[in-house]
Amino acid sequence: MTTKSFGQRIKRNEDPQLLTGRAQFVDDVHIPGMLHVAFKRSDYAHARITGIDLEAAKSMPGVVAVYTAEDLGDFWQPSPLLVPPPPAEHVVFNKRTSGQLARSKVRFVGEAIVMVVAESRYLAEDAAETIIVDYEPLDAVVGLEAALTEDSALVHEDVGSNIGAHVIQRKGDYDTARAQADLVISRRLLYDRGTAAPMETRGVVAHYDHLARHLTVWDSTQAPIPIRNGLAAMFGLSERQVRVIAPFVGGGFGPKVMMFYPEETLVPWAAIKLERPVKWIEDRLENFYAMTHERGQLHDSEIALTKEGKILGVKDVFLHDTGAYIPYGLTVPINTQCTLLGPYVVPHYYTEFKALFTNKTVVTPYRGAGRQHGVFVMERLLDIAAKELGMDPLELRRINFIQPEQFPWCNEIIYQDFTKLTYDSGNYEPVLDKAMRMIGWDEWRQNEQPRLRAEGRKVGIGLVMYVEGTGIGPYEGARVQVETTGKVTIVTGIGTQGQGHYTSFAQIAADALGVPMKDIYISTGDTGQFSWGVGTFASRGAVVAGSAVYSAAQMVREKALKQAAEHLEASEADIELVDGFAQVRGAPGARVPLATLAASANPLRGAVRPGTEPGLEATAYFGPQMGTTASGAHAMIVEVDPETYQLKILKYVVVHDCGPLINPLIVDGQVHGGVAQGIGNAFYEQLIYDETGQLLNASFMDYLLPTSTDVPRMELGHEETPSPLNPLGVKGAGEAGAIPVGPLFAQALEDALIDSGLEILEIPLSPSRLWELVEGGDA
Amino acid sequence: MKPAAFDYHAPTTLDEALALLAAYGDEAKILAGGQSLIPAMNFRLAQPAILVDINPVTTLVGIHAEGDGGLRIGTMTRQRTVEHSDLVAARAPLLAETMPHIAHPQIRNRGTFGGSLAHADPASELPAVAVALGMTLRAQSTRGERDIDATDFFQGLFATALEPDEMLIEVLIPALPARTGTAFAEVARRHGDYAMAGAAAVVTLAEDGTIAACKLVYLSIGDAPVESHSAASALLGVIPTDEAIRAAAEAMEQDIDPLGDIHATAAYRRHLAKVLARRTLASAVARARN
Ligand SMILES: Cc1cc2nc3c(=O)[nH]c(=O)nc-3n(C[C@H](O)[C@H](O)[C@H](O)COP(=O)(O)OP(=O)(O)OC[C@H]3O[C@@H](n4cnc5c(N)ncnc54)[C@H](O)[C@@H]3O)c2cc1C
Repeated sequence: MTTKSFGQRIKRNEDPQLLTGRAQFVDDVHIPGMLHVAFKRSDYAHARITGIDLEAAKSMPGVVAVYTAEDLGDFWQPSPLLVPPPPAEHVVFNKRTSGQLARSKVRFVGEAIVMVVAESRYLAEDAAETIIVDYEPLDAVVGLEAALTEDSALVHEDVGSNIGAHVIQRKGDYDTARAQADLVISRRLLYDRGTAAPMETRGVVAHYDHLARHLTVWDSTQAPIPIRNGLAAMFGLSERQVRVIAPFVGGGFGPKVMMFYPEETLVPWAAIKLERPVKWIEDRLENFYAMTHERGQLHDSEIALTKEGKILGVKDVFLHDTGAYIPYGLTVPINTQCTLLGPYVVPHYYTEFKALFTNKTVVTPYRGAGRQHGVFVMERLLDIAAKELGMDPLELRRINFIQPEQFPWCNEIIYQDFTKLTYDSGNYEPVLDKAMRMIGWDEWRQNEQPRLRAEGRKVGIGLVMYVEGTGIGPYEGARVQVETTGKVTIVTGIGTQGQGHYTSFAQIAADALGVPMKDIYISTGDTGQFSWGVGTFASRGAVVAGSAVYSAAQMVREKALKQAAEHLEASEADIELVDGFAQVRGAPGARVPLATLAASANPLRGAVRPGTEPGLEATAYFGPQMGTTASGAHAMIVEVDPETYQLKILKYVVVHDCGPLINPLIVDGQVHGGVAQGIGNAFYEQLIYDETGQLLNASFMDYLLPTSTDVPRMELGHEETPSPLNPLGVKGAGEAGAIPVGPLFAQALEDALIDSGLEILEIPLSPSRLWELVEGGDA
Repeated sequence: MKPAAFDYHAPTTLDEALALLAAYGDEAKILAGGQSLIPAMNFRLAQPAILVDINPVTTLVGIHAEGDGGLRIGTMTRQRTVEHSDLVAARAPLLAETMPHIAHPQIRNRGTFGGSLAHADPASELPAVAVALGMTLRAQSTRGERDIDATDFFQGLFATALEPDEMLIEVLIPALPARTGTAFAEVARRHGDYAMAGAAAVVTLAEDGTIAACKLVYLSIGDAPVESHSAASALLGVIPTDEAIRAAAEAMEQDIDPLGDIHATAAYRRHLAKVLARRTLASAVARARN
């Protein structure tokens, strides 16, 4: 009897391949005659280009071609806008996207100016080094507030200001609510920049077969289908003449969803033009400058409460750093607006942001994608309010929770999927209770902490809550087929960057078809295999593509049952699918392999009934009416060295509710990775720019990713509140780990350093910064 | 991040290597463990025309016990070998205590003892320890051999007393006097990072329990190892109570003028220097008493 695999802690199918170095990444693609690319990138954050001297580069040995923006002719074009602005109440949007190579002006350090194509990467870099660009330096727009001043330089002169967008959204009437409040807390909160730093940098290999008139592109992207569609349009090819393959991708985290990065169109363009395969692999230095960043926001925020602690309203006005261009629309700041409200009843809400152009790398979603900032603002305001009201911070949260019977809960403002922000389901108190139990909140507060404090130790505890919009549309699709060998293939268009799709999708199909996991083959991220879909982002793979796999597998199941009923001369209702066989329930002798059914559905001679479709196969699409809303709590106990302000996490707990778990092992892994990135974001990782727009720490020596010694073991708990929006009831889990870590650090560190009266209003922190905040320093 | 073109030589004897250095002068760079040089070349910050790879020169490897109770360590001895050496643990416990703070095991497997000293990164642990222990650095060229005192060897940011044609061949570590305790501590953002500040302390007690000799040397506080003579003189001849150590840490402050950087403000670094003075002096004293 095949046991149900949905919900099982099954080890990942793809891991043996990955762990033994036998998985194909873009850089593993080697094609005879392949050329290599290096870019000459801007040394200035903001400058006019007055001349480019390519003479030396062109005559270097092994150099095949050198291109500037001029050389691209009509092919030079600003990239499309990936996400249009949402239909919110008040929206100003100044679309500015970048062409492939900077033309007359550079707008951030690392912007590509010249493309060199040579016989090897070494030679290409040698040639790029000889290129002399003459610059007329301009003042750089770096600080957010400075970007708005009268005399600020302008990143895009034709916009007339540095405002990329201005959006106001509201729910109810905040001003009236504020007038009735017993307590109003106002603070300025800062969340600074970081980078996703995937282990595999970006990379593109393109090969145009002139005889077959077919372009193949290997791209380390999270969204191969849109890239295929876009490339076909740009090159005047049919979509069938272009195949984009996202093979194994060593981390995406959001920045690999762009359309397009300059390199993604330039490399195929050069391959077509030069009639040779072309490869570009981003090196780590380029990755720091040219892959998109996230997180810079400055908030002026306010919360209004009754003296009993009921939230009356929130007002949040913030500046969002979008960098030099705004190709991804407003997803990040819209997520901030929407996620801020959290699991709480906030009757009145006013939220306004300006997205500002700065002379820094472009900002697009990175794991959490703006949600961090919103959660940081809300959780900080609640902590401060709790202190003011003399209330327990968790009790303050508890009395404001949306109650289980209040779902679906509509927050009225517009979300990143353009629908009104509505939570499908949730049950927050059990999440809070479980987190308190697991971290040992009461025991810690009553006994442990006083005991340790008496010894002079600086120990603190924190617990924060959040919700996470996941599993947004528009849609994904999947094709499920039982082959004549009895093996099952599942094909879907989304890409995979470590989420375990090879396992979780197989689990879904295994249950529907009664086949062992080992007999299921999965293809994702290859447009040659599946033509429709959007991509892997926004914690949507399992929800949207998973549901499509489920529907397609159910359709195949129906077909199999029908055929088996005929074959076994039994009623469909009596047939079960077990271990690769269709059998009559209670009569295990009466059975037929699925392989036989698949073969007979694909007859090679004879006749079929009119209307018969061949094969034991089905394709299904799933498009949810709106996103699912997951939720969770993170808690930690931390100790601070009272002299050096280094810290040690003594215990870390996550309780998460993403509905029924397809594979708890995979969900745990997603949470672990997210927490690691969250810890980086909270205490280690910060991109530091000087006033001229130079990035000061573009290497892993100075950009500090948390290592295994900095990330603690975590204890994980799950609640399972199903979503009514999809057949599996699942919600997304990809970003949950990363989202609330900033405010958790703030709360726990304030508690550890309680004697100092420290109030933390910024992330990331560091020992130096903490010391400065506590001891005065030159803060 | 590919290096510029270079010519590569891999001599198998010291004489050949020195001849190459004599021939090419400052066009050439010695390649030891490559853990600092290769990254610099990949960033194209260093573009040597010629690399002289001394890995095949096996005579430059080894940890030798000297008759006077000291040690002699060949320049190409891997950092990991020094870390695990019983001889080092017995005769130079300060060195043994310091080694695990240098980078990560993978890097110590390749990085060399002498390479770290010759590289003279002010954030490196070994130069500070070399000054604290009074090591002698032995250099050789086709012109001959000379011994350089650690205090004279380090001349600033990545600058040493070595001439372009000279190679550091080995390091002499003197025996520790009786009733001597040593201690090392550093504060880094993550384990294995270059420290925001670090200190090595060497304390020798007289029979009466007063301090007979004391050295306190910092890394990452200036552009070379920084020795605090004020801390030492504050302690000389006194019984090292907590109070005395605290006073020495205060006195130390006039000897340093740290700069701020992206990981630590100048004020925080100064604060760390004080904390490290207290911590290393106190444990060096405790060990000297044992
Ligand atoms: C990620 C990382 C982290 C690190 N963290 C630390 C740390 O925390 N602390 C620390 O101290 N170091 C650290 N290092 C550097 C490491 O210790 C290096 O090994 C060391 O600095 C240089 O030793 P090497 O043998 O690798 O020398 P190489 O890189 O080969 O050479 C360095 C320089 O010294 C010169 N040189 C080498 N040998 C000689 C010689 N015998 N005579 C004359 N000149 C010579 C070379 O020409 C070159 O200029 C780190 C390195 C990395 C990659």
